Amino acid sequence: MTAREAILRDIRHNLGRGASLVAPVPPAARLNVPKVSISDRIELMLDRVIALAGRAVRVKSGADAVEYVAGVTGGRRSIASNSEFLREAGITALPGVASGVTDAEQLRGLCATADFGITSADYALADTGSLVMFASPADARLISLLPPVHIAVVPANRLLSGLDEFYTLVPKPADRTSSTVFITGPSRTADIEQLLIRGVHGPGEIHVVVVG
Amino acid sequence: MPETFDQKIATTLADSRLQTAIYTATNRLISHRKAVVSADALPDYQELRTQANAVKAHTIENLDWYLEEFERNVLDHGGHVHCCRSAADVADVVLEIAKRRGARMIVKSKSMTTEEVDLNERLEHHGLQSVESDFGEYIIQLMHTRPYHIVAPALHLTRYDVADLFERALGVPNDPVIENQCRTARGVLREKFLEADIGISGANFLIADSGAVTIVENEGNARLSTSAPKVHIAVAGIEKLIPRAQDLGTFLKLLGRSATGQPLTVYTSFLAGPKRSGEVDGPEEFHVVLLDGGRTKLLADPEKRESLYCIRCGACLNHCPVYRKIGGHSFPWVYSGPIGAILTPQFVGVENAPQLPFASSLCGACAEVCPVKIDIPKILLELRAEVKTAEKQNGENQLERAAFSAFAYMAVRPKLWARALGFGRKLPIPPVGPVAAWLSEREMPKLPAKSFRELWKQRKSA
Amino acid sequence: MAMATVLERLGFAVDFPGAQTCCGQPAFNSGYLDEARAVAGHTLKTLADCEYVVVPSGSCSAMMSHHYEELFEAGSPENALAASLSPRIYEFSRFVTEVAGVEDVGARFDGIATYHDSCHALRELKIKDGPRRLLGNVRGLELREMDTCEECCGFGGTFSVKFAGVSGGMARSKIESILRTGASTVVSIDSSCLMQLQGAISRAGLPIRTMHLAEVLASR
Repeated sequence: MTAREAILRDIRHNLGRGASLVAPVPPAARLNVPKVSISDRIELMLDRVIALAGRAVRVKSGADAVEYVAGVTGGRRSIASNSEFLREAGITALPGVASGVTDAEQLRGLCATADFGITSADYALADTGSLVMFASPADARLISLLPPVHIAVVPANRLLSGLDEFYTLVPKPADRTSSTVFITGPSRTADIEQLLIRGVHGPGEIHVVVVG
Repeated sequence: MPETFDQKIATTLADSRLQTAIYTATNRLISHRKAVVSADALPDYQELRTQANAVKAHTIENLDWYLEEFERNVLDHGGHVHCCRSAADVADVVLEIAKRRGARMIVKSKSMTTEEVDLNERLEHHGLQSVESDFGEYIIQLMHTRPYHIVAPALHLTRYDVADLFERALGVPNDPVIENQCRTARGVLREKFLEADIGISGANFLIADSGAVTIVENEGNARLSTSAPKVHIAVAGIEKLIPRAQDLGTFLKLLGRSATGQPLTVYTSFLAGPKRSGEVDGPEEFHVVLLDGGRTKLLADPEKRESLYCIRCGACLNHCPVYRKIGGHSFPWVYSGPIGAILTPQFVGVENAPQLPFASSLCGACAEVCPVKIDIPKILLELRAEVKTAEKQNGENQLERAAFSAFAYMAVRPKLWARALGFGRKLPIPPVGPVAAWLSEREMPKLPAKSFRELWKQRKSA
Repeated sequence: MAMATVLERLGFAVDFPGAQTCCGQPAFNSGYLDEARAVAGHTLKTLADCEYVVVPSGSCSAMMSHHYEELFEAGSPENALAASLSPRIYEFSRFVTEVAGVEDVGARFDGIATYHDSCHALRELKIKDGPRRLLGNVRGLELREMDTCEECCGFGGTFSVKFAGVSGGMARSKIESILRTGASTVVSIDSSCLMQLQGAISRAGLPIRTMHLAEVLASR
């Protein structure tokens, strides 16, 4: 008998029954999606990111976003994701920005040496100030993780009220990607004497640019 | 000779610096939590707890089903599932993968389950380097000691401890500035993330309908450990299962808030298999190691089964007046605080931890803050009864048993009881046994001149 | 005795059934269930016919109203008796506010006091505001809140002697909190808490007085 079989056997024995033939029905998932206007979402999102010591701005157009990003990076080494939205806005054309990378080794090298990682986001959760990022051909994991500064440029219509709305829209993130990450503020630790330090392993500085 | 429970407690109580450290840290965690679960901040907090308890109860009662569903979905996404009966088997699985991959270096993110199995020790024994990447855990590893708290492993250390440690272990100049210490660790660990052959993580939740593991963290080291190396191995107890990704809507709202007062931790990762075709980066291999390690045993008692609902938030530790005095290292096993007090006897046997269920005043603060509503005091009482039953069978602790028998004998004979009380209050009490224990900390209670019964008799006749 | 005084002033006929001994909690909490059961059985018989049972202790009250049923098998006569007695058992302050429906008993007590929330009363019986409202109406009494009013005093029955060092430490933390309020009196609805705190206060030689709520309410 394999370990797996022994474990299943013991579970059933200790629960006092045999194997179930029918799928058990869990309590209904508790998802309450509040009605929040777009403008309230934007305000809440910016508010929350700033409260987490991130930077957050709202701009009207892609061109404004480009201006903001250029102001932050100042032409220094940046790695941008392959997001269509970033390309259309013109962000990937900025000086110092490498993008269009599809090779893992090359990407890792660029991420390890870049000063800025620039991405979009698939969604954002306004009530916690979180970015939702799926790993995909358009978005590699390490871009929002290795460089010390992360800049996320997000269209306003991707802002959700919160977790409950996300899980209502996307009940099974695993169907579309191997990695879903919620990013809520800059990396931090308070491990020693409860003193808060930012940028331990992940980016110590994040910028959220909401477009629209 | 290893220290006894009582000795460890006495040492901790006598260390005033440590007492202050524990108190300050837990105080902060208490007030941060309070702020975000208040009626204003989270009006449906109590309903969320009820839901979380119900979902966990359902899952635990159908653990076999959800285990198989989880496995199917992991395989579907191109991952592997390994089931381990005992703690030792976990290292065997990891070593086999490492051997096949020719791996030499492993980077690890925080996992209490891997502490249970002493994973790092086993790996090092076989010539593998396994580095803890969480800042606090990295420090603990360099110190060759155990985490002090589920969520705050280095709670007991000062910046000076860390400065001395880094000077000793890393050969860097002695620097007590925490920000600099962080930068040092970041520099060392960055290399490890990028060079490691394997990344090992824990899992806060295992999602059955998705074949996914959920990891919450603040530093980014779990993301790095699970994204940079070519192999990701997630180690988790079988009780971490929940049925659906949608259930995270409930659990994520409770976990961060209960643990540190954060509505969400900085990073919440939901990882379902190795990188998919088209994805640029991510691991090529994805393994989930499921550990029984005695958890199936806990299923047997319906009254204590809820011990398995724990989501490892640490709130019970923070609010426990006993933990706040005796600290994490007084406990004999990896889990400390109230949850440790109920898990340890169930895992190692009540006969091997007979004092633990009694190291509580049953104040109930833990049950009040537990996000999944585990009735810890109830389980402590059950364990106490089990200890006494075992003692009766083994003829142990006969003096105490005789005392309680005498108590019960008199308490059902009111005339004898009244006479004994009348007698007792006049006699001098010898300062031995429990009386000596009382006197070690307090004065004896001063009895009024007349007993209640005497006064009552007077009052009635007047 | 203070409790009897207050209840009589409120117009209730008070009796003290002499056959009562103990609720049995010390045995129950220490894992001696057979002994606890024996004592509980006796107590149930003693109190069976009372209209109300008023208890000057949150822990004893909770033991009887919440745990007695658990001790006896469902369907047994003791279990039925426990179930029927449970709604008639009242912790003292709850009896005054909910059965007597009174929040001002006409008491007078000059001084600054702070209230300690006994764990069983707070968490098992959900008693929090009642005693505070009663104290709030005592003429001359200034009630100040401790920052750790809900923290355990450290008694816990046999815990106080089995883990005396921890218990003493918990009492001292509580006393520090009392000192921070500037109160000269600490009030509780549980005599065990008061005994624990008084013991530690006396050892430290501090000028703090411990009083049961009933004693305060009986003061004129």
